[in-house]
Amino acid sequence: MGCIESLPYEVILRGASFKECRDHIRNHFKESIEVKPGFKIFDTHIIGVPPISVALDGDFVIFPFTKPCHGTFLLRVEDKAEADRLRKRK
Amino acid sequence: MIDLADEEKAQRSALLVLGCPQVPVQTSIALYLIHRLSQAGITPVVAGNRSAITLLVVADPKRQYLGEALDLDRAIDQITEKKRDFDLCFVFIHNDAGVSYAATMGAISKARLYTIIYGEHYDQIAASIEFPCTNIAAKAVHNPMPLKKMLDEVAPWAA
Repeated sequence: MGCIESLPYEVILRGASFKECRDHIRNHFKESIEVKPGFKIFDTHIIGVPPISVALDGDFVIFPFTKPCHGTFLLRVEDKAEADRLRKRK
Repeated sequence: MIDLADEEKAQRSALLVLGCPQVPVQTSIALYLIHRLSQAGITPVVAGNRSAITLLVVADPKRQYLGEALDLDRAIDQITEKKRDFDLCFVFIHNDAGVSYAATMGAISKARLYTIIYGEHYDQIAASIEFPCTNIAAKAVHNPMPLKKMLDEVAPWAA
């Protein structure tokens, strides 16, 4: 998973469709932002069908992460600096 | 004497974005498309994960068809950071992840986008695509001929 792989991530959804990840974010988190494909989170370009929803839950960032053979994962990573950076985009 | 239109065509490049290589037709159709693009004077560049690229390298040991091949994440980094772009982009799709990659290419690249859709559920996948692109789709898993036929009908190398 490149840079993401080195992070202490928690998998919320595994092998999901992109839409399932977007719906999960919209239905389970109060705070979210929308980004375009290619937007960098944790130094990795995000893959997906726009609009890509990214949730913010305190210091946690919840975002979709897609690999060709494994579908889309919804990951949760605690990182105050990244959460603050994303929150400033709102 | 070189016709200006031919000269412009000769400078064109195409990116082939490979998906997970678990469906056999991908490697076959990719090599065929590389061949047709090269014959048309369009430089093909392939991006994929290690397995997808290795399948091509082993099938074409003298690199008679395969030219530049690079890691998929690296290709996306280069395009997103505006270091590189292509005239044509072909995204191979047989699952939901492939649709996500195609949408991403459509958003980050100025290339004319083609999706090459195959596998058991090709029709459902094709129906789920709502972004601008040309779909080339056929029910093809082991036998590449239905997909080759569709590709020949569209003939993107001649566009």
